Amino acid sequence: MADVNNSTGSTTAGSIEVGTSGAGEKLAGPGTGRASVQQPIDARVTVKPSYDVNDFPVPTGREEDWRFTPLHRLAGLHDGTAAANASGVDKVELGLPDGVTAEQVGRDDDRLGKAGKPVDRVAAQAYSSFEQALVVTVPKETVLTEPVKIDVHGEGGTRFAHVVIDVKPFAEAVVVINHTGTGTRAANVELLVGDGAKLTFVSVQDWDRDAVHIAQQTALVGRDASLKSVVVTFGGDVVRIHPRVTYAAPGGEADLFGLYFADAGQHLEHRLVIDHDTPHCRSNVVYKGALQGKDAHAVWVGDVLIRAAAEGTDTYEHNRNLVLTDGARVDSIPNLEIETGEIVGAGHASATGRFDDEQLFYLQARGIPAEEARRLVVRGFFAELVQQIGVAEIQDHLLEKIEAELEANV
Amino acid sequence: MATLEIRDLHVSVEAENGPREILRGVDLTVKQGETHAIMGPNGSGKSTLAYSLAGHPKYTVTSGSVLLDGENVLDMTVDERARAGVFLAMQYPVEVPGVSVSNFLRTAATAVRGEAPKLRLWVKEVKEAMAALHMDPAFAERNVNEGFSGGEKKRHEILQLELLKPKIAILDETDSGLDVDALRQVSEGINRVASSGEVGTLLVTHYTRILKYIKPDYVHVFSAGRIVESGGAELADKLENEGYASYVKGGASE
Ligand SMILES: Nc1ncnc2c1ncn2[C@@H]1O[C@H](COP(=O)(O)OP(=O)(O)OP(=O)(O)O)[C@@H](O)[C@H]1O
Ligand SMILES: [Mg+2]
Repeated sequence: MADVNNSTGSTTAGSIEVGTSGAGEKLAGPGTGRASVQQPIDARVTVKPSYDVNDFPVPTGREEDWRFTPLHRLAGLHDGTAAANASGVDKVELGLPDGVTAEQVGRDDDRLGKAGKPVDRVAAQAYSSFEQALVVTVPKETVLTEPVKIDVHGEGGTRFAHVVIDVKPFAEAVVVINHTGTGTRAANVELLVGDGAKLTFVSVQDWDRDAVHIAQQTALVGRDASLKSVVVTFGGDVVRIHPRVTYAAPGGEADLFGLYFADAGQHLEHRLVIDHDTPHCRSNVVYKGALQGKDAHAVWVGDVLIRAAAEGTDTYEHNRNLVLTDGARVDSIPNLEIETGEIVGAGHASATGRFDDEQLFYLQARGIPAEEARRLVVRGFFAELVQQIGVAEIQDHLLEKIEAELEANV
Repeated sequence: MATLEIRDLHVSVEAENGPREILRGVDLTVKQGETHAIMGPNGSGKSTLAYSLAGHPKYTVTSGSVLLDGENVLDMTVDERARAGVFLAMQYPVEVPGVSVSNFLRTAATAVRGEAPKLRLWVKEVKEAMAALHMDPAFAERNVNEGFSGGEKKRHEILQLELLKPKIAILDETDSGLDVDALRQVSEGINRVASSGEVGTLLVTHYTRILKYIKPDYVHVFSAGRIVESGGAELADKLENEGYASYVKGGASE
């Protein structure tokens, strides 16, 4: 893969844009993409987090946190019009292993809002407009051997949702939320990982091509607890997922893995914020995406903040994109702010490369047909990340999905 | 017996100000079991010939023909040519991140042989071929050519030659970038394959030093896009002593 733009370092930010190659340039090789580097004005959101949608002005697209998102394709989630007509329908099916409880509760339930408040207008809209919240509880010291399953199937219209996953101290759980179907959805998901608990949270966006989905996934990681967040986005017209991590006490660790595959015209956006405000915590982010087709657009923004109090922090974030055809666009912005020097390590890397004609030629020159060559490269690109998920059932499903994307589109 | 016949081959590339002709009528016949050295100055079109035979999309054949046992090679896609038995060891092998050498080799062998090699035999075959080329077994788990040194890339090309057993092997400057030990080991690999008598070898090189290890049956001097003189191994000695000066004084491909 020819790297169009790579950056590694500690505090830089870069935006990488891969445009169509120049006219008459039949042989794609290194350097056929355009690269631009911009410094975000402020990686942190300027409006204070709030439950109240009215605390946030309607975004115009010029704001740092909205500048990549096609607002006109959000079906009014950002300007109140969607909320005025929230008559959408979805079917939610729960798979609950023994010992796990699920309740529908009102907004005054005191288990809501513990992980963190909405940080943007759409998340606040979701909070202001949901009818009932789903609270899933894994009791103290309960070690699950099977995943908790939340299957959300959208049947059209606008839905607002709130989900709390409460993993009590020393419990261990895998929770998989799988989104299929269609519609417009804004949601908040709260992940409470109790002291010494272990949560693997998998969010799969396998929507129909026309769906719109914006979600804030806010995690609070307890003392010596560990969170593994896996965000997988294949389907939808506009999908914007915003995982956030804060630490309640020292010793917490968070692995945030993401995998996306953007086809022609799709906008898939992943924004992460990890707020290290507590000493001796660890975070590790790996997001990988493939893009193919005209106007496929992937946005990845990774903000990691190491505050003055967070000595002993160890963090690394890494985004890689593989552009399979001309006409796709990637914006990848790692951003690290460090307020203390007393850390174990901090770094980031971002690379966007193309599957180019030279690689294709090399593989074909060894007898491998073009389609198989492309598959070989894409599978290889994702394989290592998929292995790190550590849940066999999910891994197999993901590999199948990647195969299906390749069958359908390459 | 496999035969590659190149007749009056003309090839252009797309340059800034329109197509530019690089090959200007190449005639050459390579038979199984023979080794031909193609020697010529920089820019004379040696790589162009090699890549055109393999079907690289950058090169456009404007006239002439290439037949492998009577089959029109120019009608075949790149992968069809490889499966028909044409192998190109590249001057600059390409990095393919994310794809391990072992996965790559097995996929290629499966494609070329028409069926997946039996796993246990295959593992042994690869191990032995790597050992013969003095390659660390750890290379099998690395990504194709990623971070390989120049010499490691060339060994990896010859490893593929040994495993894919083509009818016609085109080796483009396999000697460049090799130190003396590597040159000897890589040459031994080429000779091992050639000694089967089943491959016709087209050894493309700028320098004569590899000819200390590989004895060509024929030597062709390439200049300005065509073969300007052909002879036996003794022609290489002449080039060793006199260089290419007498062939290029009329100007190169300009
Ligand atoms: N895209 C291009 N536009 C213009 N000229 C080109 C292009 N590609 C190749 N050439 C020219 O074609 C000629 C032949 O190149 P080629 O690589 O075949 O030479 P070579 O004999 O292999 O040289 P070397 O010994 O340096 O490997 C050179 O003059 C080169 O500059
Ligand atoms: Mg050359």
